[in-house]
Amino acid sequence: MTPHRPAREVAIVAFAQSDHRRRTDDLSEVEMVMPVLHDVLRQTGLKASDIGFTCSGSSDYLAGRAFSFTMALDGVGAWPPISESHVETDGAWALYEAWVKLLTGEADTALVYSYGKSSPGSVRDVLTRQLDPYYLAPLWPDSVALAALQAQALVDAGHTDEPALAAIAERSRSDAAANPHAQLPGARPQGEYVVQPLRTGDCPPIGDGAAAVILAAGDLARELCERPAWIRGMDHRIEAHSLGVRDLTDSPSTRLAAERAGAFERPVDTAELHAPFTSQEVVLAKALGLDESVRVNPSGGALGANPVMATGLIRLGEAAARIHRGASDRALAHATSGPCLQQNLVAVLEGDPRA
Amino acid sequence: MTAAAPPPEALRAPLVVEFPFTRSLGPVQSAFLTGLRERTVLGARTEAGEVLVPPVEYDPVTAAELRELVEVGVTGTVTTWAWNPEPRRGQPLATPFAWVLVRLDGADTALLHALDAPGPEAVRTGLRVRIRWAAERSGAITDIACFEPYEYENDDPATGPQPHDGEFGNPVTGIVAPARLDYTYSPGRAQTRYLHALAGRRTVGERCPSCAKVYVPPRGACPTCGVATTDQVEVGPRGTVTTYCIVNIKAKNLDIEVPYVYAHIALDGAGLALHGRIGGIPYDEVRMGLRVEPVWSEDGRYPDHYRPTGEPDADYDTYKELL
Ligand SMILES: [Zn+2]
Repeated sequence: MTPHRPAREVAIVAFAQSDHRRRTDDLSEVEMVMPVLHDVLRQTGLKASDIGFTCSGSSDYLAGRAFSFTMALDGVGAWPPISESHVETDGAWALYEAWVKLLTGEADTALVYSYGKSSPGSVRDVLTRQLDPYYLAPLWPDSVALAALQAQALVDAGHTDEPALAAIAERSRSDAAANPHAQLPGARPQGEYVVQPLRTGDCPPIGDGAAAVILAAGDLARELCERPAWIRGMDHRIEAHSLGVRDLTDSPSTRLAAERAGAFERPVDTAELHAPFTSQEVVLAKALGLDESVRVNPSGGALGANPVMATGLIRLGEAAARIHRGASDRALAHATSGPCLQQNLVAVLEGDPRA
Repeated sequence: MTAAAPPPEALRAPLVVEFPFTRSLGPVQSAFLTGLRERTVLGARTEAGEVLVPPVEYDPVTAAELRELVEVGVTGTVTTWAWNPEPRRGQPLATPFAWVLVRLDGADTALLHALDAPGPEAVRTGLRVRIRWAAERSGAITDIACFEPYEYENDDPATGPQPHDGEFGNPVTGIVAPARLDYTYSPGRAQTRYLHALAGRRTVGERCPSCAKVYVPPRGACPTCGVATTDQVEVGPRGTVTTYCIVNIKAKNLDIEVPYVYAHIALDGAGLALHGRIGGIPYDEVRMGLRVEPVWSEDGRYPDHYRPTGEPDADYDTYKELL
């Protein structure tokens, strides 16, 4: 399949995130989101009324509050009425919707944000409610259990082993030490099995957090940002929902999305992968053909902080921020949703050549 | 008016979200789940000749409608597994077990379930297993209690799938999957301050620093300006009915005689109306502009309802912006 070339130049021009924490009992969702919204607006000098389109991603099941996204919208300044949309999934898909909106020419700027509060409930159990209600949900297979089945399949196929997974955990947490927003900065022991073969260290931390980005088109992007992170391509693909139908050791949806986004046209120098479990990085790196020349998850990735529903958007934001500050020229950003990497989004971001 | 200070402590309360998930079944899923009730495992054959177990209504590759059913074995092979040392609520077994994907004999895809085994050392990919049926079966995936190891010397996994018409007496046409999720609710800073004040029989809103509107109850942000509300402002206790409706249908679990009046009430000093029940006056005498005051609940933590103060009605111009 040939890459799909966007009809308009659109870039990520600002990115902000909260300090991700295990609990935020002192904050409502809007109280957690608002400082992040103010941060991206401040970076660009835009006011809420300058934004052409607003799109958010979250899930009511996490905090157990119906229509929580309408409350979070209070933090945007939605009056006079704004052009707005919401996706009940990771904010990376909200960014995709906003990108499409800008490509149509209906808007020149977009505010994208997402947030997740995992602390009020038990996220392992909450995520079982997204599964097939006939054959899976009645068994309550939690998110770690499903990832562990995938990890064992990888071990059986000879694609990884426990020391290799531990090395991914160590590299991610070591990198997270340089990320002031990370929840788990610094390497730590792998710990006991949560669900064998996955140990505590192979699993993401549970916590609360929020993130936001601003998109802008064409010359406006150049005005708002010294070095915009141009979106050269973006695509998302999904696989069969039945786990027993899939080859859990591969991710054809990631590969296809990457192809459509143009990821294989030239090498990338950075990849921000949304791999909540160490074993899932193995699957993604293989599907994307990443070699040692690519810097994987310099932010620490989802193993450093995993505010569910924002983690994917943060991958796009971290990749863009690396381009903004000149640490990357061409980066791949990936987001996932569903059990065992069921649905995958890939974006290719580039900075203008440096003089 | 006082500057908003952090509350003494974040409030917390248990919150249980419980719901039965009721779903109807298509012909393939109905046959499969009814089959489980009858200790028979059915798969669906795709156009490419693959046998899907558990079966689905449509081919995951071509989207073709699947209607050809076959019966597969109750024995199978583990294709991957994961040892679960601490079973969680709702999972198939209460003692440590292995999650497994099992390809039943005659099937080309794998089914997720639990395997009852003494420990992880007893489990491996390739292990032969068989279904342990639940004693009581209703036509659900839980009719399979779990799998158990099944190692026999003359075990012959080569049995092919047998055609099956999918017909059973009294077919299952739907499932009810009960779900329960437990949360600890915490309302955040602004609402915590509001609830603490209510416990002292004071209604305290918060003012937007940008447009000066006073929000009651406060939620932490001015939705118009998108900024945090900063100052606490005590409002009321009296207020004005801005609009109302007459409730004629009794709500479940609510011990209030109908008809009664539910109203929007703009407390004096508030920038928007909150809602509450009006009592102490016949329902058909409630009107816009009626002046009311709170009647606190027995434990004094919130207004149970509002009653007339006896003052003259408020002039329309004083509340028309709050409708
Ligand atoms: Zn305001």
